[in-house]
Amino acid sequence: MKLTRRELLKTTAAVAAAMAAGMSVPEELRAAVKKTEAGWRWDKAVCRFCGTGCGLMVATKNDRIVAVKGDPAAPVNMGLNCIKGYFNAKIIYGADRLTEPLLRVNGKGEFDKKGKFQPVSWKKAFDVMAAQFKKYYGRMGPTGVAVFGSGQYTIQEGYAAVKLMKAGFRSNNIDPNARLCMASAVAGFMETFGIDEPAGNYDDMRHSDTVVLWGSNMAEMHPVLWSRITDRKLANSKRVKIVNLTTFTNRCSNLADIEIVFKPNTDLAIQNYILREIVHNRPQAIDREFVDRNCVFATGFVDIGYGLRPKIDHPKYKKEELDTASREAFKIVTKDEAIAMGALGYKAGDRMEMKHAGQAGTHWAIGFEDFKKGLEPYTLDFVAALAKGDSAESLEEFRKKLVSLADLYTEKDRKIVSFWTMGFNQHVRGTWVNEQIYAIHLLLGKQSQPGNGAFSLTGQPSACGTAREVGTFSHRLPADMVVGNPKHRAVAEKIWKLPEGTLNPVVGSHFMKIMRDLEDGKVRWAWVQVCNPWQDASNANHWISAAREMDNFIVVSDAYPGISAKVADLILPAAMIFEKWGAYGNAERRTQHWRQQVTPIGNAMSDIWQTVEFSKRFTLAEVWKEWKIDDKNTLPEVLGKAKAMGYRETDTLFDVLFANREARAFKWPDPIGIGFSNTEAGGDRRNVEGFKGYGFFLQKYLWEEYRKFGLGKAHDLAEFDAYHKVRGLRWPVVDGKETLWRFNAEYDPYARKENHGKFAFYGGAMKEIPRGDLTGPKGDERVKLPNKAKIFLRHYIEPPENPDGAYPFWLCTGRVLEHWHTGTMTMRVPELYRAVPEALCFMSVHDAKKNGWKDGELVWIESRRGKVKAHVETRGRNLPPPGLVFIPFFDERVLVNKVTLDATCPISKQPDFKKCAVKIYRA
Amino acid sequence: MQSEDREEKVPERRKFLLDVVRGIGAAAVGGLAWTGLLDGKQVHATLLRPPGAVPEPEFLAKCTKCGLCVEACPYKALALGKPGDGRPVGTPFFRMREDPCRMCRDIPCTAICPTGSLAPSLVSDRDEQGRGRLNVNLSKIGLAVIDRETCIAFWGIQCDACYRSCPVLDKAITVEPARNERTGQHAILAPVVHSDHCTGCGMCEHACVTKKASIFVLPRELAMGASDGRYIRGWEGADEERMRDLPEETTTVTPRSEKSPLEYLNKDEF
Repeated sequence: MKLTRRELLKTTAAVAAAMAAGMSVPEELRAAVKKTEAGWRWDKAVCRFCGTGCGLMVATKNDRIVAVKGDPAAPVNMGLNCIKGYFNAKIIYGADRLTEPLLRVNGKGEFDKKGKFQPVSWKKAFDVMAAQFKKYYGRMGPTGVAVFGSGQYTIQEGYAAVKLMKAGFRSNNIDPNARLCMASAVAGFMETFGIDEPAGNYDDMRHSDTVVLWGSNMAEMHPVLWSRITDRKLANSKRVKIVNLTTFTNRCSNLADIEIVFKPNTDLAIQNYILREIVHNRPQAIDREFVDRNCVFATGFVDIGYGLRPKIDHPKYKKEELDTASREAFKIVTKDEAIAMGALGYKAGDRMEMKHAGQAGTHWAIGFEDFKKGLEPYTLDFVAALAKGDSAESLEEFRKKLVSLADLYTEKDRKIVSFWTMGFNQHVRGTWVNEQIYAIHLLLGKQSQPGNGAFSLTGQPSACGTAREVGTFSHRLPADMVVGNPKHRAVAEKIWKLPEGTLNPVVGSHFMKIMRDLEDGKVRWAWVQVCNPWQDASNANHWISAAREMDNFIVVSDAYPGISAKVADLILPAAMIFEKWGAYGNAERRTQHWRQQVTPIGNAMSDIWQTVEFSKRFTLAEVWKEWKIDDKNTLPEVLGKAKAMGYRETDTLFDVLFANREARAFKWPDPIGIGFSNTEAGGDRRNVEGFKGYGFFLQKYLWEEYRKFGLGKAHDLAEFDAYHKVRGLRWPVVDGKETLWRFNAEYDPYARKENHGKFAFYGGAMKEIPRGDLTGPKGDERVKLPNKAKIFLRHYIEPPENPDGAYPFWLCTGRVLEHWHTGTMTMRVPELYRAVPEALCFMSVHDAKKNGWKDGELVWIESRRGKVKAHVETRGRNLPPPGLVFIPFFDERVLVNKVTLDATCPISKQPDFKKCAVKIYRA
Repeated sequence: MQSEDREEKVPERRKFLLDVVRGIGAAAVGGLAWTGLLDGKQVHATLLRPPGAVPEPEFLAKCTKCGLCVEACPYKALALGKPGDGRPVGTPFFRMREDPCRMCRDIPCTAICPTGSLAPSLVSDRDEQGRGRLNVNLSKIGLAVIDRETCIAFWGIQCDACYRSCPVLDKAITVEPARNERTGQHAILAPVVHSDHCTGCGMCEHACVTKKASIFVLPRELAMGASDGRYIRGWEGADEERMRDLPEETTTVTPRSEKSPLEYLNKDEF
């Protein structure tokens, strides 16, 4: 049977899909496919980019990736991708890929911070890296060293890094770039539900009648998910409603039935308006049975500062920064804040001392009457006037929209899913806005059901799978455990076979704090893995100076040279996604694994290999001794107990953590990997400095050990091999079955087990809290909340820096569809570079006209902290209202984070990249 | 940065003059280039002229090849026809894939043209107060057309890089969602060009991520058809617009009707 080219392509796809689905394929067709694809091998993998987690098939030939296709068998995307995913075959082959370790050296080849980069061997790289580590670690202990981890680590990489840092070095100074991305969502989950991650899954998009976007530019940031929502709208255009709440018009606005452009930070007030509507004016919308059975009301302190440096006159602040900085200590209550927080007794002009900055997460149970009273001020009149973001829009129009939004939420039998990403999370009250959306859904009984629930969308490909689930945070351990809980530490010490007392109970430095610690000389050794902190941390000028001018040692592992590599002292070339075995967990809790497809380029080695090699340089004697952590905490030496367990002082961390007896039981080759490389297990054709592999299946060992943390704890993952046979599984995986809607007894075995009726919010964290009133906890009583979720009362407060006479514009930052994060990968793809070669300053045409700026004109965008130059754009994809500008952060040449403010949510420690004040003038 | 790119480009006009000199030199020797200088007499059907260009025959008559428009372009996007490249020598044009028109609101190329080959009147209208003003959105450089077979958005891939690059986004290019029947769960978001708003600036062609651009600008005469004003779409109220310039002559002649009735009837052929 002769096929035309078009028929053949169709056939190939159909056969691939059929075979993947286990269907039988006529011999004829199978043969036709094999012949054309002779020389190619297709294998399943995942897209390198966003949290959607599209399935991919990768074609390799002669040890090169030659093509990719969307995986037709992957339920997420069914063969589709966005244009970033489309180029997965090209991201690995940029001309300036890092291929050798690079060290700053002087004329004699010795490390010198003032020197220029020269290639060195891996051996020399680790020699210097370890020597520098021991120098600072010996002097300063576990708090003097740090690792910048990532939501783009593979699961096993993150797990290895956590093990090395926490079990090996006893340091909690490991924190991922997911701190900049999802921390507020995590805090919202933990405080509301006592357990992390969304209840629903992508099927929600098919079931829902209403999609509300809160600060989520899904059309550009989760395009394949947006295409699902678009399809849902097309299926029933009259019934299905889409609402886009945003601070500037974006591409989601096209599909939206209602676009609500609001003033930055007033999402706090808008949500309280909806809550007030429900409670005061539409109480029939409250699902009383659901609330009585499953919820309690709660609130917390408002005087919690803004996550800025506690020392408001810190010597490293520029003079211009001091006024914003002072708000960490106190602020003057504005007229609007006094109205909003009227129930707390604040008056306009009061000085709010930030007394509870150190207890930002503290919360207590309140009664329904107090909840109702707290919401009283958030009337339509107050909120509409406060929140309207576009001066060109009429107040009447805006009011109508808020009412329509409330109508949609409260409409009986209307299923509604609220999505959010960075608009909510990168927010000075990010935890609060996350809690408010749950409050709305819980009050209405619209949660944890198909098409009905609040859905926190994850940005990175494995912020869920790695950073959150593995616990690569300064306060976490795997499976939602925390270092501060002695029971949790005991579980980890048991699984990791550590002497009792090894793990450090003191929360370490979070991402922004590591930067501040570098600036203060409190951290003097830092390792960057799979992220680009010097381009994506706010207030970057400070950290660039700290890295380059102070006495410290910075190691950056990366695939391409970016800004972080430039400020580093040692650069390690990292293998990229398909050059190693790995796994990612996406936004709907789907864990997906892949095999190594090709040998890494040059002498690049995977992050996991780097972590494991580094561990060889340390003996137990050097790390498991007594360490002072702070004035109140000293870690005891555990060498005595270690010896009793059979360890020797001279055992290395490699022996104990990575190449122990359990590890070696995982043989390589393994049937699951027949025909595939595994550089770490068996070496590869390059024999990098004689490396022939560890001789065991490292990645499988780490997976199977990591799994133990979640089994039986509602975080169940399947065995390693299972994931190589299917297109991912949504955890908890119980008896081989995925869990689609958590906390719902119909779908979640853990909820069923609780025998709590239809729903059980079984998460265990923070389920014993004090009682109190609107102003604080009162009395000693602690109320237990098994199987309950919390409906939070939170308030409107302004951000620490608002536009004023000197700096009259809001600056908002974010992404564009074509580029991923800091552009290290996508700017190396010629087509994506040509489509969007530079970051533009999107602004309102009215602002441009008023100031005489032309499109394409070069302007400075300057804050109290720094400035960047960019070309003006008043047309195109983003149309800000007057008074606001938007600059994406992918372009190293427009390093917008020099301008942004390092205020954070005081609970989650996530920076607010969406709001600061700037002035703009011709360059 | 784009500004650096602009500064580094050798001014097109200077290169052109050098080439002309070389051409004359060659003519002195062999005469080959001479024919190149005569190319300008032909109308070159596929050239994309700057905004405000008058129709091509008039353009060729008026353009003095002074090159001022080329120098005025802040992006140095305009090129000049060279001897022997088959284009009218010395006249300005765009190569959209490499360097599209950025649609400057003050249209410096047209504003500076001394001969009227680029006419501000063609790219001007009146504001709400009736004052005349330049409006670059009235440009008719060409028209973007899409190859639906190679455009990956029609495959279901989430692209629309062209749409996002369009300065008249949502008017010149819109995104039309349609259900992806193959997956049954996603929508195809495909670009559609609208000739009444498309200026032919070429930003879309430049941004397109396929190997050869799947959206590309052609001169409007090549890209467009024309419909007859004697049929009006009854379901579209505004369609009567097309009756506006109907010719007065209503008699139709075909080979069947060209003989007079008597001429036909009195011929005894059956």
